[in-house]
Amino acid sequence: MIKFILGRLSYLIPTFIGITIVAFGFVRILPGDPVLLMAGERGMTPEHYADMMQRLGFDRPIWQQYLEYLWKLLHGNFGDSIVTKQPVLSDFLTLFPATLELAFCAIIIAVVIGVPVGVLAALKRGSWFDQTTMTAALVGYSMPIFWWGLLLIIFFSGILGWTPVSGRISLLYYFPTPTGFMLIDSLLSGQKGAFASAASHLVLPSIVLATIPLAVIARQTRSAMLEVLGEDYVRTARAKGLSPRRVVGVHALRNAMIPVITTIGLQVGVLMAGAILTETIFSWPGIGKWMVDSISRRDYPVVQSGLLLIAGIVMIVNLVVDLLYGLINPRIRHS
Amino acid sequence: MADATATNTPAPGTRRQMLAEFWFYFRENRGAVYGMWFFIALVIMAILAPLLAPHDPIIQDRSALLVPPFWEDGGTTNYLLGTDAVGRDILSRLIFGARYSLFIGIVVVTISLVGGIVIGLVAGFFGGWIDMVIMRVMDVILAFPSLLLALVLVAVLGPGLTNAMIAIAIVSQPHFARLTRAAVLGEKNREYVMAARVAGAGKMRLMFRTILPNCLAPLIVQATLSFSGAILDAAALGFLGMGAQPPTPEWGTMLAEAREFILRAWWVVTLPGLAILVTVLAINLMGDGLRDALDPKLKRS
Repeated sequence: MIKFILGRLSYLIPTFIGITIVAFGFVRILPGDPVLLMAGERGMTPEHYADMMQRLGFDRPIWQQYLEYLWKLLHGNFGDSIVTKQPVLSDFLTLFPATLELAFCAIIIAVVIGVPVGVLAALKRGSWFDQTTMTAALVGYSMPIFWWGLLLIIFFSGILGWTPVSGRISLLYYFPTPTGFMLIDSLLSGQKGAFASAASHLVLPSIVLATIPLAVIARQTRSAMLEVLGEDYVRTARAKGLSPRRVVGVHALRNAMIPVITTIGLQVGVLMAGAILTETIFSWPGIGKWMVDSISRRDYPVVQSGLLLIAGIVMIVNLVVDLLYGLINPRIRHS
Repeated sequence: MADATATNTPAPGTRRQMLAEFWFYFRENRGAVYGMWFFIALVIMAILAPLLAPHDPIIQDRSALLVPPFWEDGGTTNYLLGTDAVGRDILSRLIFGARYSLFIGIVVVTISLVGGIVIGLVAGFFGGWIDMVIMRVMDVILAFPSLLLALVLVAVLGPGLTNAMIAIAIVSQPHFARLTRAAVLGEKNREYVMAARVAGAGKMRLMFRTILPNCLAPLIVQATLSFSGAILDAAALGFLGMGAQPPTPEWGTMLAEAREFILRAWWVVTLPGLAILVTVLAINLMGDGLRDALDPKLKRS
């Protein structure tokens, strides 16, 4: 097992180096002078320019700059934002819990609904339930979620007036946020109505972000289940006279879950891409909106390091999923 | 199907037979057939857009701002689906928008398919360090969430439809490269390839004439998925202001312009999104049908 983990880890190193090269190269291939770009429209004096050039290291050979960049990264130095003047890492850590909370709720919705629906659809293959849910899943899979979010706002916020349009919590509430998760912090604050406010802000964005993972998980669960139900050992279990519940629950479901868990893990990248759109629509103060804002504000240090941090997180989650996969499926581990 | 193409160029009879077999399985899937008809209608609409659209999609009618669709109070049959905030006919913009979406899909799939096939063939066929370097580069591209990478690429290249298409093509290309490579590795040591090699076929011929035709099925399925994915991503980029720029009647860009009216004029928001959804859905339905018809594993049932 340790050999398996080490193998997977060593496999990641070249990818990680590649990601740093992309993030490093991103600022270099921008059209125009990076220093002038960072200076923005205000411009700067020649002395200031030379000083910036030297301070940012643009006067040295590119490989030296890259190594220095790597060195800084390894020491947790991700550069400073031009707009907030704060270290990018600290901005990231402030905003990340918001995205995490949203993504977490979304994936829970997707798994809790998607897996049972997929299993039922497979068990009742060809029934109206199967046909309706799988049509709905394909619609969900085809959904432009930025539009879906706007529709939900029109209906639930505009017409019914049930949910707020944007933000994480009503401005009426103010309390310290030790965990960064609004649902938990609002409970800890003990203020009346704070939790309800946080939850009502979270509902629509979570549904929007959950839509595509939900569709993918339901479809994948159904097809994995169908494949397993056709296997010989399931037929044997049935022939032995085991109850249908036992056959499905013990023999089929457990094996069908293997590809489903991989699918769930792969949704992390989808969630990150979805967070960009969802957070923009709902003005959710997470890293997706942060990235979009930074791109339009030309805050390149943020874009550069945000890209790196997000890719790093996706990579680590995928590694964990890979390891889990090896844990539940010995065939992978020993191959 | 794979076995039928064991010879390099199948006889015309075999090819017709393959097509007939494909059609037989494709027809089984009703959704796929509906999707196909819708897609054909959409292509015709896009081609005939100047004839079908009642108005010019860019001309603004200052006397008719935010006119609702004709069945609502205050709507007129002059603007069947209403007008937007600057008085442009929504129906005409939607009809012209189909041109953009289909064009985006075709360009992105062509670039990423051709690029991915060449890269995947080279990696799978030559193996060794070439394979390793290529696949690590693909891994790096896949490590980024696709929309984020496309967004950053567009920020580098500058906003606009062409750059958005290039960015999306770069992001979706690794899927084709991986699929091609996997298929090539599966086919490379089969007897028919060995036979062609012994018969003196060159590397190019082996790659493109002998091996490639037998790897096409998964690529075709991936191509439909990428087609719909490209339309969605381009619309998302347009929505974020990084894709097609106003006044282009691209569906995502239309949505971005309509955002501030969501609580006042539902039609400017609802209709372009519905157009995206239905188009993407039709293509995905077709993709499902193609997969079922081309995947020999599912055929036994």
